This record gives sequence, structure tokens and C-alpha cells, in this order.
Amino acid sequence: MPRLLRHTLLILLPLVAALALAPALYGNHLLLFNVIVFLTLAQGINIIYGFTGYLPFGYVGFFGAGAYGFALAVMHLHALPLVALAAGGLAALLLGVLLTPLLRLSGAYFSIANLAAALAVLQIVSNPALESVTKGPYGISLSGVFDPALAYGVALAILAATTFLVIWLRHSRFGMALQAIREDAISAAMAGIDVVRGRVVAWLLAALVAGLTGSVYAWYISVFYPETVFGGEITIFAIVFALFGGTATILGPILGVVILYGIYNAIGISAPQYFQLIYGLLIMGLVLFLPNGLASLLRRRGIDVP
Amino acid sequence: MLTYTLLAGLLFGLYFSLVGLGLNLIFGVMRIVNLAHGDFVMLGAFLAFWLFNLFALNPIPSLVVAAALFLLAGLPLYYLVVPRLLRARDPEMLSFILFFGFSQVIEALAAIAFGTSERSIPGGALARAVAAGAAFLGVAYTPGPIALFGQSFPIAWAASGITGTLAVLLVWAYLYRTRIGALTRAVMVSREEAISTGIDVHRVSAIAFGVGLALAAVAGVLAPFMLGSITPAMGVDVTITSFAVIVIGSLGNPLGTVLGGLVYGVSYMFMQSYYSSWANLLPYLLLIAVLLLRPAGLLGRQVRRA
Repeated sequence: MPRLLRHTLLILLPLVAALALAPALYGNHLLLFNVIVFLTLAQGINIIYGFTGYLPFGYVGFFGAGAYGFALAVMHLHALPLVALAAGGLAALLLGVLLTPLLRLSGAYFSIANLAAALAVLQIVSNPALESVTKGPYGISLSGVFDPALAYGVALAILAATTFLVIWLRHSRFGMALQAIREDAISAAMAGIDVVRGRVVAWLLAALVAGLTGSVYAWYISVFYPETVFGGEITIFAIVFALFGGTATILGPILGVVILYGIYNAIGISAPQYFQLIYGLLIMGLVLFLPNGLASLLRRRGIDVP
Repeated sequence: MLTYTLLAGLLFGLYFSLVGLGLNLIFGVMRIVNLAHGDFVMLGAFLAFWLFNLFALNPIPSLVVAAALFLLAGLPLYYLVVPRLLRARDPEMLSFILFFGFSQVIEALAAIAFGTSERSIPGGALARAVAAGAAFLGVAYTPGPIALFGQSFPIAWAASGITGTLAVLLVWAYLYRTRIGALTRAVMVSREEAISTGIDVHRVSAIAFGVGLALAAVAGVLAPFMLGSITPAMGVDVTITSFAVIVIGSLGNPLGTVLGGLVYGVSYMFMQSYYSSWANLLPYLLLIAVLLLRPAGLLGRQVRRA
């Protein structure tokens, strides 16, 4: 598959190499780590929204489930970070399986139900009645396993795997099948595509990606509150980044994160209201004037965006 | 205790019907998801707050002022945003994102203008307004809690219940007893057929949009008495509650909202009385359960499976 190889060499390798070298050149490691987190989450949104058309407004639920899966494994089982990482991924995967019935809903109904599900998980995790298990609203401290350098490397590996998954989806039969389902599920079924299987697999892959990212995030920052890892703005950022660049492409979400997260940090977060205002206006402008992302601008000029 | 909980639940239910009504009307007519609904409720609450503090205007006349202002503001807003949105490929999904952006803008502007501290209107203001209204109508009324079936309730609850009932009746009259209402119902049934029979769909929709915002504002005026103190950030929770209410009732059928509101109000009160630490979980779980078990809502007919 030459295109798969070409895109791996031309997009994935430079991306990973740049982010691997960046900590040596740039001092703000937390910022670089957040770039990796959002690159992964935006690609996760790309997998589920770009390829199947389901917009998960509660995507952060998987991120938070991963973070708490990691934290609980470390606190209660005294697991090693890499084992706990698997526990986090598993927690998100289980939540994904639990929420699979939501895929029966279409369009906005799915998004609303998913948002409600994420908020329900937050309410459960942060409930003071569960303090002995999750520490309730008082937050978690994992200073025993704090190792930012290793966590950074693992996060980069997760990003690489996710990006490769998207490259594969872009060029494989399965990815084509998913896009066919997105455009017209009935016709796709008539053509012999297993619609339910395709959607469930994409959904669980997206959940797993967010769960692993949440786990490694918990590991990297090691002190956090329920609102930190279940914050609605994480979903919103991931969706806006993916949409801005253009979904169902490999480069789109990457461009979205680099450009918009760059602007975000240029504005600074000293005045949250002004920041919120600018972001809100940006989202509105995006939907009204560029609903298919930056990639559509290039496509209109006949340039193929990988 | 049981009677009290049930009656309080019904009063809150009538108020929650009012909270969800505008959202459902807009969705029913335009098939767009107004994710900024809760923020319009918040703006209504701040309007009542400022009218009270600057002009000592009682909450009951404020209801009329708020409804009129928001109705008028809704018309230009509709023409600015919605026609463009409806031309897009997937308006329902895009409206979701667009109005999310809009809600961010409103929240940010409100935070810049009013600050982020919590505000409230003294409960006595509403009681005095009710006393004045009772004197005007010649009804005997002694200030203080209101007695109903041997239980006493705060006057604000009764006033909100009555306002909710009146609003529902007015919306019923608007939809079923006026010419523009008949046209609105035609658009709700089929937009394409309405266009082809020569109905000015944009005019009808713009009015429905304005009415929807006016209902949100009316709910907002009562919010300081029903939902506790008001902040610019309260919109998100109100939006979710509204979604729970209208999904339980029936999405797209404004009068189904009443049933949803009552079910929601009663179950909320029962949770508050008997299981208070988990009461916040209720809207999310009800929302998901209804979406999955009876996707068309308790009163709905149309099925919306993906």
C-alpha cells in the first residue's frame, strides 16, 4: 500500500520527530504535552465524527474515565504506571461498551445523550458519597508515580498510534466502508457493509484513544480534580480543532491544533472571559463560513488533502 | 411528606415546562438545536435583577418587559443566523455547534458586563408583587406562604407554577387559535411542503424563534426564585435540564413539554427528599433512559433511529 507508507513517512514521522525533539528546544513542557493531548483527542474525534458522522459532545467522558481508571489502579491496586495506563484504557473501553446503545440515536439526539452520559459520569465520580473510592470532589494526587519525562514519551507513542490509525482508515477498505455508512447507511448496507459492526468498532476505537490519553494526562499532571479531567471545554477544543482543519482527513486535525492552539496560547489565558468570547465567535464564524474546515478551501482549488 | 413532595414536584414541574417550552418550540419549527437556550434564561434573570435594582420594578411586570424585549431581539437574530445555517448540508448538527459558540459568546459578554459573582433578588419582592396583583384582581390574599391541600409552599413556587401554566396556555392559543399559529404548525409538519404552498417560511420561523427566546426570558425572570442565585455561567445547567424536560415529553412537540416538565419536576422533588446527594444525577439518567427506551418521548410519534 504505497499511499499508506507515503503518508506515514511524510506526515507521521515528521510530526513525531518534531514533538520528540521539541522539549530540548522549548522550555514550556506542559504546553508541548497539551499539544500532544489535543492532537490525539482531535484525531479521536476525527475517527468517530469524521468517518461515521456521530458527533460525541460528551467525548471528555472517556478522557475522564481513562484518567480515573489510571488513578484508581495506582491508588487502590498500587499498579505500575504502564499497567495503570492499560486500566485507564480499559475503563474508557468499558464506558464505550456501556454507551454503545446510544449509537441507535441519530444526529443531535446522539450528541445530547452522549453529553448527558459524560455529565452523569462526572456526577458519580465527584459525588462526596464515594469519597472512599474516588476521593469525591476533593481531587486526586498521584505524586508517587510522577514521571513527566516518561509520561511525555508514552503520550507521544499514543499519538503516533492514533495518527497511524487515522492514516490507515483513510486508505483502507474499512475506512471507506465507514465513510459510505456516514453518507448513506441504507445504501452501504445494501452494498454488503456491516453497518452496526463498523459503527461500534469506530466508536470503541475513539473511546480507547480518549481513555489512553486521559490516563497519560493523569500520569503527567498527577494532581487533578474531577472538573479538570471531565471539563466540557476539552470536548469542545477537540471538536473545534478537528472541524477547523477538516474532518475525515489526516492533516486537518493536525493543522487545527497547531493553528488554533497556537492562537489560544498567544492570546493567553489571563482574561478567561475575553478568551471565551473570541473562541465563541471563532466557532460561530467557522460554522457559518467554513463548515467543512480548512481542507475544503484547498479542495475547492483542486488540491487533494491527505 | 409524600403529599408535600408530590405537590412541590408539580409546581416545579410547571415551572420546568416553562423552562423547556421555548427550546422545544424552536426545535419543532426549525429543526435546529438552540444550545444557547440556558443562556437566554440567564439573560432574562439578569434583566429582572437589573430592573429590580435600578427601577425597583417588581418581577411580575418584569415578566412582560422581558418577553417583549426578547421577542423583538429574536427577529433580527433569526435573520442573521438561521437562514444561512439551514442552507448547509447538515443543519441540525451544525446548529448544535453554532449555538454552542453563541452560548460561549453570551456567557463571556455577561461575565464581562456583570462580573462573575452570584446575584439574587429578595424573595419579598415577588411576594409584594403577588399581593399587589391580588389586590388589583380583588382576590383576598394574606402575605406569606401559600396553603395548598394542607401544605404550605413559598409564594414564589406558586407564582412560577401559575406563570408556567399561563405560558403553556398562551403557546397553545398561539399555535391552535391564530392564523400564524396554523402556518407555524404547517412548517413543523413539513418545511418543504410549507414552502411549496407559498407560506413565507422565514417570517413564520422568525416569529417562532422570537417566541422561543421570549419564553426563555420569562423563565429567566423567575429563575432567581426557583433555581437559586444567578451567575453568567448558569446557562449550561439550564440547557441540560431543558433538554431532559423536552426529551422526556417529546422533542418537537411544544405541548408535550408539559408532561416532560411534570415528570421531571416530580421525580426531581422525590430525589431531593429521599436521595438528596444523588439528585443532581437525575436529569442525565432520565435523559439517557428516555432517549434509549422511548426515543420519541412519552408523547411523540415519530421514530428517530439512526
